Amino acid sequence: MSLSALFVLIMLGATVTYMLGRSRSLALANNLGGIRHLHSLPLYYGAQAALWCLIPCLALLAIWVAFDDSIIRQIAIQYLPEDKQNLAPQELSLLLNTIENIAGGVTSLKATPEMQAIADRVVSLQRLSSILLSAIVLSSLVLLSGWGWSKVKPEYRARNSVEKTFMIFLLGCSTLAIFTTVGIVFSVLFESIRFFEIIPLTDFLLGTQWSPQTAIRSDQVGSSGAFGAIPLFTGTMLISFIAMVIAVPTGLMTAIYLSEYANNKVRVVVKPMLEVLAGIPTVVYGFFAALTVAPMIKNALHGLELSLLSFSIGPLDVSGESALAAGLVMGVMIIPFVSSLSDDVINAVPQSLRDGSYGLGSTQSETVKKVILPAALPGIVGAILLAVSRAIGETMIVVMAVGTAARLTANPLESVTTVTVQMTTLLIGDHEFDSAKTLAAFALGLVLFVITLGLNFFALRIVKKYREQYD
Amino acid sequence: MTDKNINTIDLVNKNLKKRYRAEKRFQAYGILSICFGLMCLVFLFTDIISKGTRGFFYHYLPIEIHLDAEVLGITDTNDVHQILGADYTTLVKKRVYEIFEAKKRKEKKNARTLIAIDATGYRIQDLLKTNAASLLGTTITIDALVDDKVDFYLKRLGEKGEPGKEYFNEAQLLLIGKLLERQEGGFNKSLNKTFFTSGDSAQSEEAGILSAFMGSLYLLLVTFCLSFPIGIATAVYLEEYAPKNKWTDLIEININNLAAVPSIIFGLLGLAIFLSFFGFPRSTPLVGGFVLTLMTLPTIIISSRAAIKAVPPSIREAAYGIGASKMQVTIHHVIPLAMPGMLTGTIIGLAQALGESAPLLMIGMAAFIPDVPTAITDPSTVLPMQIFQWFRNADAGFSEKASAAILVLILFLVMMNALAVWARSRLERRW
Amino acid sequence: MENNTITDINDIKETVGIPLVDNAKMSMRDVDVFYGEKQAIFGVSLDIGVNEVIAMIGPSGCGKSTFLRCLNRMNDTIEICKVTGQLHLEGQNIYDSKLDVVPLRARVGMVFQKPNPFPKSIYDNVAYGPRIHGLAARRADMDEIVETSLRKAGLWEEVKDRLHQPGTGLSGGQQQRLCIARTIAVSPEVILMDEPCSALDPIATAKIEELIDELSENFTIAIVTHSMQQAARVSHRTAYFHLGKLVEVNETEKVFTNPDHSLTEAYITGRFG
Repeated sequence: MSLSALFVLIMLGATVTYMLGRSRSLALANNLGGIRHLHSLPLYYGAQAALWCLIPCLALLAIWVAFDDSIIRQIAIQYLPEDKQNLAPQELSLLLNTIENIAGGVTSLKATPEMQAIADRVVSLQRLSSILLSAIVLSSLVLLSGWGWSKVKPEYRARNSVEKTFMIFLLGCSTLAIFTTVGIVFSVLFESIRFFEIIPLTDFLLGTQWSPQTAIRSDQVGSSGAFGAIPLFTGTMLISFIAMVIAVPTGLMTAIYLSEYANNKVRVVVKPMLEVLAGIPTVVYGFFAALTVAPMIKNALHGLELSLLSFSIGPLDVSGESALAAGLVMGVMIIPFVSSLSDDVINAVPQSLRDGSYGLGSTQSETVKKVILPAALPGIVGAILLAVSRAIGETMIVVMAVGTAARLTANPLESVTTVTVQMTTLLIGDHEFDSAKTLAAFALGLVLFVITLGLNFFALRIVKKYREQYD
Repeated sequence: MTDKNINTIDLVNKNLKKRYRAEKRFQAYGILSICFGLMCLVFLFTDIISKGTRGFFYHYLPIEIHLDAEVLGITDTNDVHQILGADYTTLVKKRVYEIFEAKKRKEKKNARTLIAIDATGYRIQDLLKTNAASLLGTTITIDALVDDKVDFYLKRLGEKGEPGKEYFNEAQLLLIGKLLERQEGGFNKSLNKTFFTSGDSAQSEEAGILSAFMGSLYLLLVTFCLSFPIGIATAVYLEEYAPKNKWTDLIEININNLAAVPSIIFGLLGLAIFLSFFGFPRSTPLVGGFVLTLMTLPTIIISSRAAIKAVPPSIREAAYGIGASKMQVTIHHVIPLAMPGMLTGTIIGLAQALGESAPLLMIGMAAFIPDVPTAITDPSTVLPMQIFQWFRNADAGFSEKASAAILVLILFLVMMNALAVWARSRLERRW
Repeated sequence: MENNTITDINDIKETVGIPLVDNAKMSMRDVDVFYGEKQAIFGVSLDIGVNEVIAMIGPSGCGKSTFLRCLNRMNDTIEICKVTGQLHLEGQNIYDSKLDVVPLRARVGMVFQKPNPFPKSIYDNVAYGPRIHGLAARRADMDEIVETSLRKAGLWEEVKDRLHQPGTGLSGGQQQRLCIARTIAVSPEVILMDEPCSALDPIATAKIEELIDELSENFTIAIVTHSMQQAARVSHRTAYFHLGKLVEVNETEKVFTNPDHSLTEAYITGRFG
């Protein structure tokens, strides 16, 4: 029986149990002379009975599904000839994968008779497991349903127990956030530790050479590649800096204008329009940066000679994948982010301060520059930090508009690479995490996570403190 | 004192001009910033729309073709295998040579590269699949697809620098020119139906977005089914049940921080936990949905909490007052009243998930998937990933497809946001 | 009044008492104020004499604060607010479209209900006005202005050792005196005070009242207050507002001992308010 069919059956069973429990409680109540002689409403008795059969059955199903594959795999190893059993873990898993594929009916693989035989046994094991599972789940469903039904008694405190289950369910859902964070930490930390066993931490953080593609397998001596991440960090910083140069002044001035100068009509039209910029998928921005903005910048600036007083620069050499293009587009993307955060912060400045300033005869811009901005400064700093963390972690724009060559430069017209670009290039297409190359992506992920987490944590605290000040 | 007053006001007036200049300047910066933002928006949209609409159309060349059973090698019209395996390429090729009057090898090559032979062959195959008996042996007129390079060139005729001209040699340009001069039976440009009805393909003229579109739908389905209940449950817990203690604080800090963690990190989580540790199938909407659920949860939780907060305490008190239990108050009153706000938040979260790419890149959804997925456990790709895939393809035709797919994606997003706006204005209740 | 019936507010056509004076610093005629559709002030005419302290009293929502805020066009910050009528400062129309609010507010300063020091140091709070208006050319001049203003506000002795600490760290009464110092640092001709003591304790209130008395030697002061005792203590004339209309203006003593209008009497005897 297929999993989804089993699932549907369990649900059906639970519904039937609910109705049975409910009708039994009603029948009991009738004998006693009315529902008020029950502790709880009939609905709760039904729900309690249903929960009793639903939860264990679903748990059983989940556990079985989680472990049956690995158990079958262990058994399959026993079927292998002696010499195959002692293979290196990687080759063993490769072999087992092949067997599983044959068992799964992938016909393109050429199967030797021995392997075919093992595959056949695997198939029969899988069939057995499926039958066993169906039998166990269905029988326990029936048993539990009967048991739940028998527990329905007038004095039983069904409501309290159902409410408790409900609470536990809610609590369980809310802890998912914690598990997610823990999951992130674990997933990046473990692989990173494996990476730092191969490449020393100092080489990674302080090295200036990045050429991971030469390392194909970790066991190939002499081709370990270079994993100095400094050029990635500088590249990320360069692009984020350009983005901030665009986004911070524009976003901030937009927020100031909209909250201090613009009348309601303008605000109602302009604000949602700018927020559209934040809703456009990053892949669209990436496309735009790579195919429209980058060529435009190249056409406009390439070969240009600038001379200012005695200095002269040029002719400029503009890369088709310049950091400038990606940074510009990223900046535009972040404008609404900065402006809506700053808007909140500026609106939190009490009106009394504005009144005080206007009452002394200051102009609007003086009030903004000398009273509102200083008062809102912590909040604005928090907003900018959040925007920086956003820029650092942005992926698609840079993946599409920036190259993969790691270059240590501060010239925005050259091509650079970033942490996120490298993470994607290192991981796309690779299934096993066994080489320094793929593990490096996790190390980069760890750095990215730590930095953005630090920035966010810091920024959120600043903003929170700032809000409390005026609340 | 009077003396001093006059003195003061003179001083004030002396500086006024300068101060007003500063005021004007400052206002101008504000207006400039807004204009910059709006200009970017307009520029972006004009660019996307002008490029995207181009991708919805394609150039066809109507040709008369005799469906010769002998050339095709079909002896039995009821044998599906024969029809599927027939040699359409030769048939189309021969006819193309005739049309372009190509006799020498070089001429033949020139002619052959102007028409998408295989794609045209598939069109004939489709016709025969349903109606072999009556069509075989007759002469039909069929819209043959031009080669993607020809399409590229034709769409840009009259533009500065004649883009696409470099793809062709003199003789080919002559042939195209001849067809362009024709009054009847020349190139015609019409809606590219294939784009909406087929999956990805290695040939740009046969590539469509159906598989990516369905993939996106499945992904949204999984994300919605998981994130909506979990998000609401979390919000209800935090607003109605949670005691003020360290544990609750920890949950809140985690939610706020997760909202700002870069999406690519969630991709790493999916890769390491769901794919590597639990062994879920790669490139499937199931795993993508798991990852995007974790990503969109903070958005949903935060807006759901705001919606629950907006339910006035008086309603809770009224329900408690007549002896309702906490769960009854929550399920009967708080959740229904907060539902519109929670739905709006969920739709916005899903719109975010729809456009998301980076984490999906990590879990292998940037794959070549020509088949339309039929279940959440089928390998599939999604719209943003399809755009990315086509963007990376060097062929001129694919970049156009990517633009068209972007338009589809944006239309999809606009519809979802319109739904959210509608839900907010029609369902939400102001207290 | 003989008969004790309270006049209906709609019957009030004219202000009783002496709303107009000879040497007026500010003179207002037929002032109407609207918030969108709603009218808040109905045809108020009133003069404020030179170096006079005039108190405006009345029940909440009677429009006294709104009227006060018209006098230096603070209502401009509220988009839907519209003011009509003639308002003159020394013969100059305040609501002239060509008139500049910046020098107007430098001449007519304002102190608000809640102390609102800027989140800056005490020194910078006082120096803010002179700085934006460019009143001090040198640092020493600024120091002098700050010291004189703080002295006039009676705050100098308390804060002279901590001029560079934030103004928000002061007590409520000190904060309000700081705001007064901030206002007089610009050397305005008129000071408008909008319930300056409503957020303060009695001791701080007494200090502010004393200060108002001293300031009246050099400044013209218009004060809106909730407290009738305060009006009686500090003002020369008192104006009674009721539901957006100016009911009575008279010498303070007369208002509190023998008011001309039954509504005023009802209010000061505590029958409503």
